This record gives sequence, C-alpha cells and structure tokens, in this order.
Amino acid sequence: MPNPYLPLEAEVVERIQETPSIVTLRLRLTDQDARHRFYCAPGQFNMLYLYGVGEIPISIKSGPAHFADQTLLLDHTIRAVGRVSRALVKLQPGDRLGIRGPYGRGWPLQQAIGRDVHIITGGLGCAPAVSVVHELMRERGRYGHLSIVQGVRHADDLIWREQYEHWAAQPDTRVLLAADQADAGWRWHRGLVTALLDQLTLHPERSLALLCGPEPMMKASAERLIELGLPPEQIWLSMERNMQCAVGHCGHCQFGAEFVCKDGPVFNYPRVRALLGTRGY
Amino acid sequence: MEVPGFLPRAGLQQMISLLQDQGYRCVGPQLRDDAILYDTLSDADQLPAGIIQQQSPGAYRLQRIDSPRCFSWANGPQALKPLTFAPREALWYARVEPDGNLRFREAAADDEPLAVLGVRACDLAALALQDQHFLQAQPDPYYNARRRRLFLIAVHCSHSADTCFCAATGDGPQAQSGFDLALHETDEGFFVRAGSPAGQAFYQQLPLEPGDAGAFAAASREIEESALRQSRTLPVGDLERQLFDRLEHPQWQLVAERCLSCGNCTQVCPTCFCHSENEAPSLDGLSSEHQRQWDSCFSPGHSYLHGTTLRADTASRYRQWLTHKFGSWQTQYGRSGCVGCGRCISWCPVGIDPTAELAAICQPEGPHDA
Repeated sequence: MPNPYLPLEAEVVERIQETPSIVTLRLRLTDQDARHRFYCAPGQFNMLYLYGVGEIPISIKSGPAHFADQTLLLDHTIRAVGRVSRALVKLQPGDRLGIRGPYGRGWPLQQAIGRDVHIITGGLGCAPAVSVVHELMRERGRYGHLSIVQGVRHADDLIWREQYEHWAAQPDTRVLLAADQADAGWRWHRGLVTALLDQLTLHPERSLALLCGPEPMMKASAERLIELGLPPEQIWLSMERNMQCAVGHCGHCQFGAEFVCKDGPVFNYPRVRALLGTRGY
Repeated sequence: MEVPGFLPRAGLQQMISLLQDQGYRCVGPQLRDDAILYDTLSDADQLPAGIIQQQSPGAYRLQRIDSPRCFSWANGPQALKPLTFAPREALWYARVEPDGNLRFREAAADDEPLAVLGVRACDLAALALQDQHFLQAQPDPYYNARRRRLFLIAVHCSHSADTCFCAATGDGPQAQSGFDLALHETDEGFFVRAGSPAGQAFYQQLPLEPGDAGAFAAASREIEESALRQSRTLPVGDLERQLFDRLEHPQWQLVAERCLSCGNCTQVCPTCFCHSENEAPSLDGLSSEHQRQWDSCFSPGHSYLHGTTLRADTASRYRQWLTHKFGSWQTQYGRSGCVGCGRCISWCPVGIDPTAELAAICQPEGPHDA
C-alpha cells in the first residue's frame, strides 16, 4: 500500500526575500523519477517538511508551464508566522527539506474556458492565485477577459509588483491594486479591495470569480459580487485551515462537513457560504 | 429459529488456546485500576468474572457479585480503538546523511495477528466508522495493517449501563455485523454464532455442544431487556440541520461554563479520529522520528491557524465536537458519528451528558426554533 505520509527529498535552488517576513523558496525534487512523475494543478498545495521541526501546507505558486522541462522547480511563498514557517524561511540554497504532495482540489479551470475570469486576492492570498494566472496566460485564447485584483494592507506589502505591471500590459487584461495604507509612491486605489469590485467590467452570465485571501475579505468580496449580479455558483474561493496529514485523516482542517485539505482548498462558494465568517469554524 | 452451538464455560480456556495455536495474541477485558481494560489475555481466569458496573454522568464504579459470568458489564474507557488507531505511533523517520542529504524511511506497520474477546456492539459500529474514515479515499497503511490482523469475538451486551444509549443510535446492544464470532453469555457458558468465513472455520474447531432452545431464548431475551433498560434518547429528526441552525443557541455558553475542555470525551470516544503529527528529533541531531498521536478538538492547538487559535474559548470547542459528532459526520460518512456507548458521559469529570445538551439545543419549543 502506498504510504501517503512519506516525504520526498528536495533541495533549495533559490531563496527570494520578498518582504522582511515573506520568502519564496524555489525547490527541486532531488530524485529524477519523482520530478518526472510530479504533476500539480493550479491551486493545489504541498506539505513542506523541515528536518527535525515539522511539516506545514504551502500552496504551489509555480504554474504548469514551469514544468514543461525536466527541471521542475516548485515555488513556495512562505510568510514567517508560526514555529515551522519561521524556521523554513531561513533555509538557504543547497539546503535539503522534504516535500509531499500535491494535495487538494485546485481552481476550476475547465469552467473558466470561454469565460471572463476575475481573480480577487488579498495579502498573501495572491500566491495561490499566481499559478492560475500563469495557466490562463499560457493558453490566453481559451479564456475571455481577465481581471486581476489584489489588495494589501500597506503599500509595502505588495509583492511581485513587476509581475502585476507585466500582466497589466497584456491584451484584454486588467490589473487593479489597492492598499489600505498607501504611501506617496502608490498610484493605485487607496482603500479596501472590495471597493475595486465596482470597477470591474462584469458580465455575470459569462464570468467566473476566483477569490483568495483573508476570510472577511473573501466573504465581503463574494457578497458584493453577488449584489453585482454574479451567481454564487460562479464564485470560487481558496480556504486555509490547520493541516497536518493533508489527506483528510487528522481532522484539523474540518470546516463544518468539509475537509479543507481534500474537499478544498478551492471551494465553490455555495458550499461554504453559510459557515464562512462564523466565529469558531 | 436455529439454535447456535453451545460452548460450556469450561471451553473458554480451550478457545483462547486454539486462538493462540493459530498465531493470535489474545486480547480481552480485565480488571485493572478499578476499571475494565483490554489487554493481553492468556488465561480465561483473567476475565472479569462476577464484575458488574455502575455508570452515571462523571462516575464509573465496579462491584463484585456472586456470578460466574465474565461479561456482566457494558464497557470500559477503551476497547478497540487503540488496537487499530494507535494512541501514538511513528509514521516515518528522517535522517541526515554525511553528505547532507535527507533520507526518509517509513515506519513498519504493526500487523501482529490479534484476537479480541469481548467486543461490544457499540465498538463494532465504531470500528466500521473508523474504517470509513481511515480506509476510504486515501487508505492509511498503518491503520490498514492493524485492522486486517483482527479476529473479533463479540459478546452481546446483557447488562447495559445507565449511560448506554446504543439502542437509540441503532448500534446495540446486540452485535449485528462486523464480528467473526458473536457470543450470548449464560451462567453455564456461551451460545456461539459465526459472522465471517474466518469465524466459520474457527467455529468448526470449537468443542461445541448442541444448544438448548429454551436457554437460547432466555439469553436472547436478556439482550432485548438490556435495550429496554436504556433510558437516554436522542432528539428526533435531522440533527445536522438542527445543530447548524442553532450555532448561536445560549446552551453552548451554558455547557461551556461546566466543561473543563479537558478532552476526556474525545479520548474515550471510539469514533474520534483527530490526531496531531509531531516531530521527535534524536539527541545526536542526526535523525528525527515523525509521529502521530491522538489529538482533541478541545485542545488549543487543534484550531491553530497561522498565529491564531480559531476556537479560543470552550463554547466554540464544545460546539465543534457536538456539531461534528452528531451533525456534519452525517454529510461526511452517511450517519451520525455517535454509537451510543456513553463513555463520554461516564468519563467526563464534571458529568456533562451530550444527550442532555442535544435535547436542550434541539428542543422544538426552543427560543431559536422560529
């Protein structure tokens, strides 16, 4: 019987300091066969294991296009906030760690075909959405209009600014950015990301919204989109919970009846709408 | 009705020896620390003969009476769960090689053949629920190995405790399925039925006598009466909907004023599956053991999420437990996660009774039932 808990060895190829507390680790599985076998869909996550410290779930930022060659580099963007993540971000190129995955259900790409896609993210919620943007860009002709909306608390928290500027220059693509606390150099919206939703060119009948960020931000955004006419079934969001096994056994990630690790992390909004924002769930 | 074969009381030792001859380690109920615990059984004399029990909210007391029977009690704090889902076990080991590489090695699964004597109907029902959880979708190799090795000898419950409500959940006191053998106990011995091909093969080897129809009818009646003695019930209707419709019911605060958040209920519950994964590095720094151990939704770490605790107060933890056990379990696994064993009632230090909490929360005239 295959052991779903056993990690594979990986090597840190590159370490990118995004902000004082956010680091991207570019990882490569050391076993060539494992690299060939590895396939992940945008929105899935891996369990990263730091030797002697523990394992945590981190979304996979690299898109499938990165996997076309055999180098298979897996980008994981990590915010140093807990016991394991604070230690993980200290890894340097050449250091070894464990990876197992990918896990969970990713973004509904099939449903996005032929439709406008609105990607609305907040804070580091932009990381799980990057892979889906890469995928949409890779097969740009299959999808309709693309809008990318990202909100941060402080202007300094915006990472991948050049990436957003690059996307903004693409045809039929719109990038809207918001900072709650802007500084002098901030030339986008000042305020909450939800205020930007009214600026979207929203054709409810042919649109899909993909949300990732803090839950109050996702709930407010989803409800605003519904007010703007988007049916709840056309809204998808990526959730986070404590995960230790990643295969639906350990019980920590339960959100009502959902196991976020295997039933999610990407959910159709009606499945989580009733409980989202309820204190204690 | 066909009368099952009869094993005279003196044949019990022979049954244990036969199991041992076939390579099984026998495990059965024994008296230890004033409780009935399941441990290695080499002799029928180790069984708790003449022991009855009294269970009530927050209380578990054993008493000795003059009876040859070994199963005149309902249950102890644990039964099957630790045998299939270990309280703590290694999943894998990580080792740093001299060249700096990291090597992973999986832990060996425990597949020692185990025959368990005295399995209760509630515990068989719980085992079926744990099977659903650990073996469907993504099978767990450690649970699977521990599970496949079991030979299960059920004993129908003739002495329900005051805390038992398996009749209300539909899981007992008569074992319905999932056993290899099932026994009805009488003063003189046991009526034996096989419930699986392995059980049937073993049945053929037992020194059985023809059973007496009258005695079997009396033994069956004892089990029916055991069900009738149970007084606890569950609210009727769709508990999942009722509970999730009442997440702001004042009863959650009232129960939290009594609840110690100690997690005893989840540790004695035969269906609770939550576990944490932990790291145990060796002192020489060269290797690390990755373990899992039982966790509880009453622990602060259970709802940890990047720097915060989602369920910081007892009310939300108790609500998580009850709404999962009796509510969302239905969506997850097609039925309630409660098998009516009543352990959570007896082993709660302050005697909280979930059937009473459910009644208070789900009562139709409740303030939150518009």
